[in-house]
Amino acid sequence: MKILVCISHVPDTTSKINFTNGDSEFDTNGVQFVINPNDEFGLTRAIWFKEQQGASVTVVNVGGADAEATLRKALAIGADEAIRINANPTDGFYVAKQLAEVAKNGGYDLIIAGKESLDYNGGMVPGMLAAQLGYDFVNSCIKLDVEGSDAKAVREIDGGKETLSTKLPLVIGGQKGLVEEKDLKIPNMRGIMMARQKQLTVLEPVAANNNTQAVKFEKPAPKSAVKLISPDNLDELINLLHNEAKVI
Amino acid sequence: MSILIYAESVEGKFKKTAFELASYAKKIAAETGTTVTALTINAADTSALGNYGVDKILTVNADKLKAFNAKAYADAIKQAAQKEGSKIVLFSSTTDSLYTAPLVAVGLDAGYASNVVALPESLSPFRVKRTAFSNKAFNITEISTDVKVLAIGKNSFGLIESASSPAVEEFSPSLNDNDFTIKVENVEKVTGKVTIADAEIVVSGGRGLKGPENWGLVEDLAAVLGAATACSKPVSDLGWRPHSEHVGQTGKPVASNLYIAIGISGAIQHIAGINASKVKVVINTDAEAPFFKVADYGIVGDAFEVVPKLTEKLKEFKANNS
Repeated sequence: MKILVCISHVPDTTSKINFTNGDSEFDTNGVQFVINPNDEFGLTRAIWFKEQQGASVTVVNVGGADAEATLRKALAIGADEAIRINANPTDGFYVAKQLAEVAKNGGYDLIIAGKESLDYNGGMVPGMLAAQLGYDFVNSCIKLDVEGSDAKAVREIDGGKETLSTKLPLVIGGQKGLVEEKDLKIPNMRGIMMARQKQLTVLEPVAANNNTQAVKFEKPAPKSAVKLISPDNLDELINLLHNEAKVI
Repeated sequence: MSILIYAESVEGKFKKTAFELASYAKKIAAETGTTVTALTINAADTSALGNYGVDKILTVNADKLKAFNAKAYADAIKQAAQKEGSKIVLFSSTTDSLYTAPLVAVGLDAGYASNVVALPESLSPFRVKRTAFSNKAFNITEISTDVKVLAIGKNSFGLIESASSPAVEEFSPSLNDNDFTIKVENVEKVTGKVTIADAEIVVSGGRGLKGPENWGLVEDLAAVLGAATACSKPVSDLGWRPHSEHVGQTGKPVASNLYIAIGISGAIQHIAGINASKVKVVINTDAEAPFFKVADYGIVGDAFEVVPKLTEKLKEFKANNS
């Protein structure tokens, strides 16, 4: 089985978010970048398939040269090779188009992407990729097993979960649950050394439309200070929730 | 030209988000001199859509679509949009709608924006405000395609009543075998419990509660309020509560009217995941806990004393106000 894992290069979850250039761009100053957490669950599951079922794992990112550190981390964790599409990932459709090209040309059987990235939160790349390829697609996937060309996937639904069966080729929108948090891998020294020898191919993008564009960013308005209520005066809290906030 | 909304139903009944979507669509339709068409799939009774300004209802009734199937639903919605010549297609932010919307966008060659929190800032160029960076920021997104697909954030717009007498038309999309290659084997759904996705109020517990045996506090308070229960990441990592209750940046997002955090310090990732909630209450012994910086109301106190008292007082309040 040939697996392609799509990796977004995103600010660490603890990052303070600021903007620059007239609030038109994200300010990367002092920001630590990581593998998008939803992608990391998928990557770890892909490596499980490699170790248990002899799959090969390629990681791919659409982004600038700064994303190569994140791809190297994925290689250090256990991916076999990496591809970077040298383009600015500004629109989900555009990114999906680039990934579809790689998926088609490489003949991948299973393509795993995070259900959304923690920067733009678009939640559209895996679905658009599947639609462009004409492959089956399972979103919000919390469990995945593959036997031969048969796949069994569990997806989260509002208030529960649903088990689906389908066949490869398949696109997965992954999230926590594909593997447990404790099973996420931290690169060790040997992995980091080996990652340096692994192939990282840079490809130029294919022509595609940017259907959307983020033209401006805003930070939420500063919050007014919390109203503190004495633990001995809970009637006041109920009064405020009822008459002021009108939520009960 | 009509604006198309996908009015999602569960077991034949509309979700509240369907009415929110109709309210949103009606506002744009009024501004642009067009109408609102709702597409329903196996909804039992569509009349309630007439309370929110829908002009026309396309009803799809098909046994094949009894179980949700993203590819087939997307195909049906796409065909409805083409039939109506819709330039704007709207989805809510339920799990199933967010699964379907990107497929529809590709099918219609449409630009797609999710997490939209307000009416378009301008119609030409078409610009909408959406949340990004896990609720730590907003961005204004411009969609340049002829057809636009939007997913409206839960609880971000509200309901606006507007009586109409919608024309109801049966619609039979042509679906092919290729739409049904994914089979549903099994569905496990909690019944009789408010889900985090649908909840107006969420009561959430953190490590401050000291152990899973103390969750009765959270559950009792939630029961009085008709709320869903949730927990912080450490609590789900420790196995005190199931993963499905974990809310935060890497867990479930919460956009409720009221979020009550008990014994949760308020790590930046937790706040990011729940910040779309309108009103936040924190109960914590530590007055320096970061949650107090983002909360609307706070109680510095011991949850083991405060929460049972609050539950009792809310019971009285509910008895007197119902």
